[in-house]
Amino acid sequence: MEIVVLLKQVPSTESLVTIAEDGATIKTEDVNWIISPYDEFAVEEALRIREAVGGSVTILSVGPDKATEAIRTALAMGADKGVLVNDPAAVECDGLGTARILAAALKQMPYDLVIAGQRAVDDENFQVGPAVAEFLDIPCITLVIKEEMGDGVIRCHRTMEGGTAVLEAPLPMLFTTQRGLNEPRYASLPGVMKAKRKPLENKTLADIGLAAADFSQPLVRVTALKPPPQRSGGRMIEADDAQTKAAELVKLLHEEAKVI
Amino acid sequence: MAQTVLAIAEQAAGAFRKVAYETISTGRKLAAELGGSLTALVLGSGVQEIAGQLAEYGAERILVADDGALAEYTTEAYCQVCAAAIADLAPAVVLMGASSQGKDLAARLSARLNAALATDCVALKWQEGALQATRPIYGGKILAEVTLAGQPQMATIRPHTFEAGRASVQGTVEKIDLAVTPDRVKFIEKRMESGKVDITEADIVVSGGRGMGGDDYTVIEALAEQLGAAVGASRSAVDEGWRPFSDQVGQTGKVVSPNLYVACGISGAIQHLAGMSSSKVIVAVNKDPDAPIFARCDYGIVGDLFEVVPHITEAVRKLKAG
Ligand SMILES: Cc1cc2nc3c(=O)[nH]c(=O)nc-3n(C[C@H](O)[C@H](O)[C@H](O)COP(=O)(O)OP(=O)(O)OC[C@H]3O[C@@H](n4cnc5c(N)ncnc54)[C@H](O)[C@@H]3O)c2cc1C
Ligand SMILES: Nc1ncnc2c1ncn2[C@@H]1O[C@H](COP(=O)(O)O)[C@@H](O)[C@H]1O
Repeated sequence: MEIVVLLKQVPSTESLVTIAEDGATIKTEDVNWIISPYDEFAVEEALRIREAVGGSVTILSVGPDKATEAIRTALAMGADKGVLVNDPAAVECDGLGTARILAAALKQMPYDLVIAGQRAVDDENFQVGPAVAEFLDIPCITLVIKEEMGDGVIRCHRTMEGGTAVLEAPLPMLFTTQRGLNEPRYASLPGVMKAKRKPLENKTLADIGLAAADFSQPLVRVTALKPPPQRSGGRMIEADDAQTKAAELVKLLHEEAKVI
Repeated sequence: MAQTVLAIAEQAAGAFRKVAYETISTGRKLAAELGGSLTALVLGSGVQEIAGQLAEYGAERILVADDGALAEYTTEAYCQVCAAAIADLAPAVVLMGASSQGKDLAARLSARLNAALATDCVALKWQEGALQATRPIYGGKILAEVTLAGQPQMATIRPHTFEAGRASVQGTVEKIDLAVTPDRVKFIEKRMESGKVDITEADIVVSGGRGMGGDDYTVIEALAEQLGAAVGASRSAVDEGWRPFSDQVGQTGKVVSPNLYVACGISGAIQHLAGMSSSKVIVAVNKDPDAPIFARCDYGIVGDLFEVVPHITEAVRKLKAG
């Protein structure tokens, strides 16, 4: 089983994300970078499938030099090799552009199964996985909380409002991860040592048959970033006992906030 | 050229989801801004009957794709029908709800049509010939203003964020012809937790965190029942195995924007805030006066939740009793 994991490096979830001077990008100096949490689930699931049925796990990422660290971390967890598409022309990409690059890279490698995160926790597009599947013309199941590998088919439990749907797709296919799928392992020290010697290939857009000019006009352009509206900070309800506080709260919710 | 907004109205088991009405209303507003008309599209099996309800929210023209093959949502079948309708109508804008279905469908459709897509929007307007969307990124730590290009321009709207305003019009319901080729993905079955309102769809969410100290959520459930609310949880509570994954609110859980969010025994970690900070009103109950959640709520009570929450439940009961 040839498994490819689409992995993006993102600011850690506890990072303070601040807007840069230009008003349209974020400050990256003080950011701590991690594998996007949903992609970490993807790596873990890929390793488990390989452990069960054999094969290899390739990590594929589009990003700058720095993204190498995230790929190395996945290799330290146990993935076999990494491919980084690193090209200045790819920096301004929107979700579809990224998906096009990933699909072009995938076309040059063997794959039976592609696993992506449901969304990257930076751009939150919820788009790249299904779009890659469309460009490869393979089926895609999103928000998978459980999978069962069969003979040439995979059964996926997809989360939806109020329950789950069980779906089955032939391979090759792509699925995206949902929390609950697994608990990702930590990279062990021997794993980290081994990862240093695992193959990690760098590619440019030209290497995968794409031209920089194809990515100069993204369909979605960020014009400005702004902080979300801030709450003034809690109005604390003071009283001598819990019962009076509770009564006061309910009164405020009813008369002032008008939500009950 | 007349410009159309196509709003895809999601239904489940023969009833429109609330976000469907929000989508129609938003579509109507955008149609007015671009000086065009609104067309609604409903997909499903046996949905012809309910389709007319969309006129109450302003859909003048309602297209219905009614077919056994659409009884359960599968990506490719739905995508095929939507792509055909879009080819036919050439809409300027395509809208749907940012539900688990809408996000899945929009993503695949955007790639098929090579169309710009803004997911999980909290504000939308048509300006200078393009869709301008506002969407939370980085777990809601930042709001991005984005401009879309090309045709059509697609957006999914965050549930509970846009108003579902009534605007009764004379709607015409048209059945569209379709030949759905079987999806490569086979639907096997659905496992629904009966009688449970999903936290993303509830008007009120009451959540319990590690402060619950165990899997006994009786006090939370009693308040939720009194308020007609759904029960949520922090990741810590889910990790402890006290609550299912589907109840988790946050960056690696669900994003909710109810009218009222009540956080009990939750400290207010940034990853939890990512899932609930767009709620309209936030209440926190925590025994630690320095808990960060108090800086992010509208009303706070310092106290033991096992003491405070039952009193809130009782006060709500009294209020309801009049
Ligand atoms: C990559 C990543 C993703 C994450 N994603 C999420 C996510 O999606 N959702 C999420 O919630 N977290 C997430 N987290 C975890 C997050 O960082 C916090 O650890 C978590 O939210 C804490 O949960 P909590 O507030 O219930 O517990 P704690 O932080 O332990 O807080 C418990 C609170 O309960 C109060 N308390 C205790 N007893 C009582 C009582 N009897 N009455 C009243 N108050 C009481 C305490 O004062 C305390 O403030 C994520 C973390 C990481 C690293
Ligand atoms: N630059 C990238 N490199 C590799 N994978 C990516 C990249 N961007 C997005 N993905 C994959 O697509 C998923 C969804 O991303 P998005 O649609 O941007 O929210 C991520 O979880 C990754 O699996």
